[in-house]
Amino acid sequence: MDPIRTLRSRTVVLAPSDIDTDQIIPARFLTTTSREGLGEHLFADWRYGPDGAPRVDFALNQPEARGCSILVAGHNFGCGSSREHAPWALTDFGLRAVVSTQIADIFRNNALKNGLLPVIVEPGAHRWLIEHPGAEVTIDLASCTLTLPGGETVRFPLEPFARYCLMNGVDELGFLLEREAQIAAYEARSAVA
Amino acid sequence: MTAPLTLFEKVWRSHEVVPETADAPAVLYIDLHLIHEVTSPQAFTALRERGLRLRRPDLTFATMDHSTPTRTEQVFGGAPISVEAAARQVRELERNCAAFGVELLGLRDARRGIVHIIGPELGLTQPGKTVVCGDSHTSTHGALGALAFGIGTTEVGHVFATQCLLQRKPRTLAVNVRGRLSAGVGAKDLILAIIGRIGVGGGTGHVIEYRGETIAGLDMDARMTVCNMSIEAGARAGMIAPDETTYRYLAGRPRAPQGEAWDAALERWRQLPGDPGASFEREVDFDAAALEPMMTYGTNPGMVIPVGGTIPDRADDPVFAKSLAYMGFAPGERIQEHPVNVVFIGSCTNGRLSDLRAAASLLRGRKVANGVHMLVVPGSQQVKHEAEAEGLDRIFIEAGAEWRESGCSMCLGMNGDLVPQGHYAVSTSNRNFEGRQGIGARTLLASPLTAAACAVRGRVTDPRELI
Ligand code: SF4
Repeated sequence: MDPIRTLRSRTVVLAPSDIDTDQIIPARFLTTTSREGLGEHLFADWRYGPDGAPRVDFALNQPEARGCSILVAGHNFGCGSSREHAPWALTDFGLRAVVSTQIADIFRNNALKNGLLPVIVEPGAHRWLIEHPGAEVTIDLASCTLTLPGGETVRFPLEPFARYCLMNGVDELGFLLEREAQIAAYEARSAVA
Repeated sequence: MTAPLTLFEKVWRSHEVVPETADAPAVLYIDLHLIHEVTSPQAFTALRERGLRLRRPDLTFATMDHSTPTRTEQVFGGAPISVEAAARQVRELERNCAAFGVELLGLRDARRGIVHIIGPELGLTQPGKTVVCGDSHTSTHGALGALAFGIGTTEVGHVFATQCLLQRKPRTLAVNVRGRLSAGVGAKDLILAIIGRIGVGGGTGHVIEYRGETIAGLDMDARMTVCNMSIEAGARAGMIAPDETTYRYLAGRPRAPQGEAWDAALERWRQLPGDPGASFEREVDFDAAALEPMMTYGTNPGMVIPVGGTIPDRADDPVFAKSLAYMGFAPGERIQEHPVNVVFIGSCTNGRLSDLRAAASLLRGRKVANGVHMLVVPGSQQVKHEAEAEGLDRIFIEAGAEWRESGCSMCLGMNGDLVPQGHYAVSTSNRNFEGRQGIGARTLLASPLTAAACAVRGRVTDPRELI
């Protein structure tokens, strides 16, 4: 995984709250056995009409959305299933961060493992971001801040270990594999049958 | 003296390989890793890419359920699986399990079924265990007093390689339920009402423990229905303290401890319930006595009202309006008597024997209304077998319903069982998200009893009118 320290991008906004993983990537696309190529199906049922043509009124289809790497979404983004296909689809599309007031637990975990930043901001800043699609913002991991175009900064919480892994491109599996001695000792003492 | 602990804290502590610190999450040991065809292929690929072995194949257990067909001729006959990509996924799981030495209950195995049905059914799920699966409804297994939660595919790979996960300790939420459920009202109505109360994000960051006299009075099937939908309130896990009901359920199951090992296990399990005075970070009290049959009317499980109720009006909420537009409903409208096109009985929420019995009790001697397509899909092959031994299949078939092989089926649109565009489906599953049961499908979540009543009348019906 490539290290991430700062992200600077215009935002693309999806205002509804409780956007679930079945919207992010509908189940019929889960029959894949690889991680690649899911960006094409991201938000498929919202993005394409019944004839398969892109809906012009959908935010991600608008020309301004091209090249944006920060998604601002409504409260409780990513609820529902544990499918990691959801962050795979978002990153394959080119997104690197999701900003909301609440992000569902499993989605957040999955996002972190794929270099997609879950950024939780307080309602005031969130409202401003929802109302200003295309705003140029900067997300800085060292200070855990998001800077709005006017220069105002808001802090966001990020679990220290996840932050460390993201900033240094460390993968968690490597960290776990280094705990082999402790894992073996645990198995011996608890006699895991 | 040590501080009093909750059920969750006891299970958590006994699985800490390395406790969490400010800088790093805990390394948590996993006792049972369940896998299925949809969320495992990329994790096996990760093992291969890094040249790693699967550390504990003996604690790993595989089945196929999500993309498998439910038509008998496709499962047991020569008919091909209609979705080619799904067929490939099934073959890949077979290959991966063979290559890494994982026990697999394959397509034609008499013990196959939805992963969350067969774990408890086989006795693999036990009190005090940590159980994970690449599936959010792993919360189901918490009904036996296990700490069970869904993980993503990267984490599936972590468990493959190390039998451990890096986890921050979640917060605790007690949902205390008292009051007797009245006739015609069951566990599904209870959990829908709880989600309606705390909201679809209300449990985020928490493990819920369901407690109180009402919960203690539920049988295991009903407890699983409750814990199953914890994730629909945003909680990673739901738990219920093990008791005599739990032990009676587990005794004699093929993978449960036997003989002396059973006695030793029982002694351990009896220590698991929370200590008197153990405290939770949050508590919610719920009175079940006044509860009525519930049904969802919107596009998340928190949008729920009594079957006889009225859709609320939230004039200034565009998301709410969009949801109602998708459903073809209006604020202030009643859902009762609304025509129904499809009825689905099944899923890991309500695909167990007692669910089928409830539905059959209402259908006995009655017919599915003209124009309604009713599908009954047992949660496992064993449930199917037991239901057939009782003659439930005859009741369904004679009523005009379809009786299928087990699987996730119409719970999610990936195996060919779909709700047509715009149709109204009363479903005993757990998610009424847009498009979940098929593009443009309109899902009304309800209990098996309510779903059966709707099938008979062809309209949204309070089951108490027919019992
Ligand atoms: S029945 Fe539905 S919710 Fe349960 S595991 Fe299958 S797809 Fe998931």
